[in-house]
Amino acid sequence: MTAPQWFFAYFAGMITLLSVVMITRRNPVHGVLWMLVLFVHIAGLYLFLNAEFLAAIQIIVYAGAILVLFLFVIMLLNLKKELTVRKVQQHWVIGAAVGAIFAALVVAVVAGITVLPPLGKYSIEAIRSEGGIMTIGKVMYTKYLLPFEIASLVLLVAIVGAVVLAKKRIG
Amino acid sequence: MVKYILIPLLPFIAFVITILFGRNHIKDKAHWIAVPAVFASFILAVSAFMDVLGGKVININIYSWIVSGDFNVSMGFLIDQLTAVMLMVVTSISTLIFIYSIGYMHGDGGYYRFFAYLSLFVFSMLILVMANNYLLLYFGWEAVGLCSYFLIGFWFHKKSAADAGKKAFIVNRFGDFGFGLGVILIFLTFGSLEYVKVFDSAGTVAGQTINILGYQFDTITVICLLLFCGAVGKSAQLPLHVWLPDAMEGPTPVSALIHAATMVTAGVFMVARSNPLFNLSASAMATVAVVGGVTALFAATIALVQNDIKRVIAYSTVSQLGYMFLALGVGAYTAGIFHLYTHAYFKALLFLGAGSVIHALHDEQNMQKMGGLKKYMPITYWVFILASLSISGIPGFAGFFSKDEILWRAYLSGGLGRFLWFLAAGAALLTAFYSFRLIYLTFHGKFRGTREQEHHLHESPPVMTVPLMFLAVGAVAAGWVGIPPIFMEHADKIGEFLAPVLGHPAGEGSHAEELAVMGISITVALAGILIAYIMYIRKTDLPGKLGAMFQPVYRLLYNKYWVDELYSKTIVQPTLKASDRIILGFFDAKIIEGIVNGVPALIGAFSRRFRAIQTGLLSTYGLAMVLGAVFIIGFWIFLK
Amino acid sequence: MVPLSWYIILSAVVFSIGVVGFFTRRNLIMIFMSVELMLNSVNISLVAYSHYLQSMRGQVLVFFVIAVAAAEAAIGLAIIIAYYKNNPTIKVDEINLLKG
Repeated sequence: MTAPQWFFAYFAGMITLLSVVMITRRNPVHGVLWMLVLFVHIAGLYLFLNAEFLAAIQIIVYAGAILVLFLFVIMLLNLKKELTVRKVQQHWVIGAAVGAIFAALVVAVVAGITVLPPLGKYSIEAIRSEGGIMTIGKVMYTKYLLPFEIASLVLLVAIVGAVVLAKKRIG
Repeated sequence: MVKYILIPLLPFIAFVITILFGRNHIKDKAHWIAVPAVFASFILAVSAFMDVLGGKVININIYSWIVSGDFNVSMGFLIDQLTAVMLMVVTSISTLIFIYSIGYMHGDGGYYRFFAYLSLFVFSMLILVMANNYLLLYFGWEAVGLCSYFLIGFWFHKKSAADAGKKAFIVNRFGDFGFGLGVILIFLTFGSLEYVKVFDSAGTVAGQTINILGYQFDTITVICLLLFCGAVGKSAQLPLHVWLPDAMEGPTPVSALIHAATMVTAGVFMVARSNPLFNLSASAMATVAVVGGVTALFAATIALVQNDIKRVIAYSTVSQLGYMFLALGVGAYTAGIFHLYTHAYFKALLFLGAGSVIHALHDEQNMQKMGGLKKYMPITYWVFILASLSISGIPGFAGFFSKDEILWRAYLSGGLGRFLWFLAAGAALLTAFYSFRLIYLTFHGKFRGTREQEHHLHESPPVMTVPLMFLAVGAVAAGWVGIPPIFMEHADKIGEFLAPVLGHPAGEGSHAEELAVMGISITVALAGILIAYIMYIRKTDLPGKLGAMFQPVYRLLYNKYWVDELYSKTIVQPTLKASDRIILGFFDAKIIEGIVNGVPALIGAFSRRFRAIQTGLLSTYGLAMVLGAVFIIGFWIFLK
Repeated sequence: MVPLSWYIILSAVVFSIGVVGFFTRRNLIMIFMSVELMLNSVNISLVAYSHYLQSMRGQVLVFFVIAVAAAEAAIGLAIIIAYYKNNPTIKVDEINLLKG
């Protein structure tokens, strides 16, 4: 195994392990904290794939914003009682089995996947010469300008929706 | 071009406005919309008539109506000489009758509705005469039938009126079924429904045959007979005449406009319009002539003994329509259209005059309870006299010229024509008799109604009498455009005008013969008037004695040959019984109710079982989704 | 050199772990976190494809996925709060308003 392969093996192993650890925590707060570690590892994998902009976004948005939001909500809900009850659903074995079969099938399908030419023009050298952020920025603000603006609208709607939903007093 | 489109469109706009805003806003001011619209339509029609008189024939396609493979129909107008004459008749009489209706319908609860339907009728009738293809003609044809239904049943709370409307509609269905088949067959034969194309290629189709149930028939004859089938229904000829007398349940202006002057003549117009087809089929022509001639006499005999003033005029209309068909059948299309045109004026006048009488007597229609109205209603009396002289065929009046033309042409066509001429001349005698019987019973002698009615007798208001006077002018002078050449060279203006469309009638006769035929018609007309005078002025007990003496004949005529009873026994009752058994008893009770009750029961049973899978739990739905994905991927792997 | 299939297998495995978490946990917050995990696994595969196909499309798509995930988290958590106010439980097997 070459050095990059060792590097990948570390990240892949950590990501898988952290995922399992995360979903098995009884206390959601612990789950969120393990998820933070998980996201840092995913960001490392992005760096390894020459996507430094996305690595930054992964830390800033996911770790910095979304996970903090989770923590706030968990604290708002005051879930002390939840910690004492059964943490899995009644028929959890069925769910786990279906998940396992799903994993096996998908892995069987994707195991032999390879890259088929033609390749695009964004080779590693091309990205390096211009800089990763500038490359993705150019694409995003030219070809994908309209989806980009629509994404901002989606976020706006989400903000408004969140406020309306959380403020509403039902019953 | 806009001018021609506006002719039918203006009444339609009036209809839309009146029907939408009539109930709450316009109410008893409805005539302020309908009358100007139809009058403007009349002005435009005059202008169109002038264009045609100047030698212009307008054939415009406004837009493609239906395009489906080879089937191509456009909304288009054809304004030639024939249409121009019809336009003048329809719009001028409509205008006068609209004005008359202001007075006649005054204070009626459905005042706005009346003007709305009447406007819709004028629109439909104009579409009918202006169409340049058979499908648009059919549209107008059905639309006038619908308006007729609305207006016969205008006082729908009266059971007899509602029944009469239904009867008119259903009887017309029989004829229109044939007409519809005729239109389809025209398309199958000619590949087009446009008049111009059909008539141009009519000659090439002559001699072709069509296979019906294993027998070969001449295609053109079949088409003509099917078209004539529609005309028989719409124009109330034997054997479908039964609806027209009952249609008198409608308001009198409706009887005048729809059931005398315009709609019922649509059949005549349609046959005249299709003359290039009819000319190719001698047997179809003979059928038209025989039906017309027999109807003329048949309806006239019934009119002799009826007591309802409107029914007498209704049977007279059927009889006069018979004359028109007789003319068409012997190939004298111009004479038929000429009679249509003069008849429209004097018959509308008779109806409106009768309406004036009925109005004065507060809805009394039985002539046996009238009498002596001359001194109370002088204007009505005198216009009635003029119209009756016209219909009887007294020289100088409109009816004389047109009726004499028909009789002369029938006589000339020889063989069968002679026989039909004999019938028609007999009908002329009866026409003169019943027309003057009506006048003597209504206006002469002593008043036979109640005291109270006598107290209220009055002449109608000017809004009703002025249209009567205008129509009286028409009833007298309308015939002056068709003076036969024997009296004055080049005075048969209408014949020459219509010749490009309808052609010249065949046959030549000597002047002596023509004068003899004319003499006979004048003689029988005078004889009819004289007999009526003797029976109803001089010896008033004579009708009763005659009725007693010829009891069976009298009862036969009084009961209209029991045609209604015959239809009721042979067609209506069996149909009703069969519907009761099959539709109500089996189809409705078993099949419809079975479906209506069965489907919800099935769905209910189904959902009771399957409701259980809707647990409402998020995991269940997610699991179903992933299981689906698992199956799809598994299937995909399996395929590989 | 690391083959592309390794990344995709990793992505598939992490996704399946997310699925299992989604099916087994009772706590609504944890289920929500499982969904976020699945989104991240998809992002891994997109970035990998983007790198190996030398195309920017995958990275742009990841950006949009993150944007939508942020919106989804905001709305989803707001819904949880609204539900909790009305009905103080977040045990998912006790939430069955849609039961037929």
